[in-house]
Amino acid sequence: MAPILDIKHLYKNYGSTEILKDINVTIEKGDFLVLVGPSGCGKSTLLNCIAGLEEITSGSIEIDGRDMTHVSPKDRDIAMVFQSYALYPTMSVAKNITFGMKVRGISQEEQDRKLAAVAKQLQIEQLLKRRPGQLSGGQRQRVAMGRALVRDPALFLFDEPLSNLDAKLRVEMRSEIKKLHHRLGASMVYVTHDQIEAMTLATKIVVMKGGVIQQIGTPSEIYNHPANTFVADFMGSPPMNLIPARAHSEGNGTKLEIDREGLEPIFLDVPRKDLPGDVVVGVRPEDLAEAGYRSGDTVQRAAIRVDMVEPAGADTFVTTHMGGKMITARLHAETVAHPGEMLDLEFDLEKVTFFEPTSGQRI
Amino acid sequence: MTDATLTQTGREPRSAGALIGRRLLRWGLYALLCLFALYYLLPLFVMLTTSLKSLEEIRTGSLVALPREVTFDAWGKAWSGACTGIQCEGLRPFFWNSVMMAVPGVLLSTLIGALNGYIFAQWRFRGANLFFAFLLFGCFIPFQVVLLPMARMLGIFGLAGTIPGLIFVHTIYGLGFTTLFFRNYYVTIPHELVRAAKIDGAGFFRIFWSIFLPLSLPIAVVTIIWQFTQIWNDFLFGVSFSSAGSQPITVALNNIVNSTTGVKEYNVDMAAAIIAGLPTLFVYIVAGKYFIRGLTAGSVKG
Repeated sequence: MAPILDIKHLYKNYGSTEILKDINVTIEKGDFLVLVGPSGCGKSTLLNCIAGLEEITSGSIEIDGRDMTHVSPKDRDIAMVFQSYALYPTMSVAKNITFGMKVRGISQEEQDRKLAAVAKQLQIEQLLKRRPGQLSGGQRQRVAMGRALVRDPALFLFDEPLSNLDAKLRVEMRSEIKKLHHRLGASMVYVTHDQIEAMTLATKIVVMKGGVIQQIGTPSEIYNHPANTFVADFMGSPPMNLIPARAHSEGNGTKLEIDREGLEPIFLDVPRKDLPGDVVVGVRPEDLAEAGYRSGDTVQRAAIRVDMVEPAGADTFVTTHMGGKMITARLHAETVAHPGEMLDLEFDLEKVTFFEPTSGQRI
Repeated sequence: MTDATLTQTGREPRSAGALIGRRLLRWGLYALLCLFALYYLLPLFVMLTTSLKSLEEIRTGSLVALPREVTFDAWGKAWSGACTGIQCEGLRPFFWNSVMMAVPGVLLSTLIGALNGYIFAQWRFRGANLFFAFLLFGCFIPFQVVLLPMARMLGIFGLAGTIPGLIFVHTIYGLGFTTLFFRNYYVTIPHELVRAAKIDGAGFFRIFWSIFLPLSLPIAVVTIIWQFTQIWNDFLFGVSFSSAGSQPITVALNNIVNSTTGVKEYNVDMAAAIIAGLPTLFVYIVAGKYFIRGLTAGSVKG
């Protein structure tokens, strides 16, 4: 079966500025692809290119096996949900949802039937007569989804749909979108700058920076095996600790030496031989544990000096300095730690990622 | 004109002295405002009272005195009997000339301005800024400059001295402002609206007709008031591009005032001037609240 979306060597320039460089992405039917990256990384532009709202400079876009590179948005078999919802202000909710069908000349009975089905599905039946201005943010969001759903397209596009909602509603709508995706088995492309949204929703994540794809993978691949320090730093909250270290070859392994200000360096033994003299050690905050919680050959203990303790309810975050960087450890809520005192931490070296210091690429 | 409504500001005064100071300031402001209001309204008062007096009374009485005996003879004469040159039909035919000129002129320039504004705000094209700058320049062209070329053009089109010719001229020279009004209004509408409509399958005119025009009531009212006032009150184009049968009311008013022989009928002149000004006054009263709302309304929530 042909992939539902197949982007090959896509370039997008504005004048002489390259906005997107050599984008190659493929998703299968039922995939939930999330484009994530900091603002200005080109993710929204890419989505607009997929929608046909922006002309691309070179490359090709196929949707559901058909070449859509130069096809106008209305013929691409897509539906889109916008950040500002983009509801038509002077039309009722019902008219908003049926506008597309009306433009396409679909019969009134068909329109009514589809409208009723979508309204039921999204539980907005009681809102159909209202104007967008009379709705709350969450309700508008639902109507915008309804407008997309009623289209029953090959591909759904979402442009930061939750960023205008307050925190609580955002979590609610997030799980609702996830449920919707499961129920419909629909293919979706979703743009966000929120890495938690990306992790929770996606079956496949594309991390972008400066118009270039940094990594494509499942959420767990992206999280556990970031391709470079940018991805490592961007995905995860708090982000992955990136600790500069020196590697000394020793026996059939390597000894890592991590400098500390005013304290002895930390030495860790790694069962790898392929590391250069200088490396960046990437450790997730949750892979730094209190002494006694982790076991196995790869767990090594070191005493650190506590700089700051931040109890966050479910976890307690402890920060320290290593290799000139601030390092965060996600510890248990009941951890007893005090600033200025020493604390034994265990490094789970199985979960550690190594990066080349200058290029930032994973080794 | 009343100065009795002094509203309490609600804030607690710091001291009695400050309170008195503020009161004085408040009264001073009211006095000043009343003075200006008087300054503006006195001529209207004189016009209105003079138009209701008989010639005899005007000659003998004081300028600012109320009429001893109210008579509408002057209004009747101004409407249907006063002489504009050799013709003595009053303002009536010219009033209808003005209506026939102003209504299509206002509607055309507003509709085209809306379409232009929609393009400039939502369908950016290469060189759009330059085009917009030219259009804005059109707002500030002194109309004396264009009289001769325009007369030539109207001649070529065969519209010289006709009401359609005047409609044409007013539509063209109204476009600068109407485009500016609509463009600035539509700029506040998020581009995503057009994008959503494009994905829904709507085209350029469909989006304009179904989505943008229904949003435009406040700015349309502003534009209509502005254009109506401009076109109705215009004298220069009216006097330059009309012939005997197509003169607008402003030109006729001038002729009435200037073509009296013998005794000057001030009451008729005043009544004619008020009649000529009434339609714009009427438009302001009917649509005034939208005018303020439209000028201040910015973004559209939704």
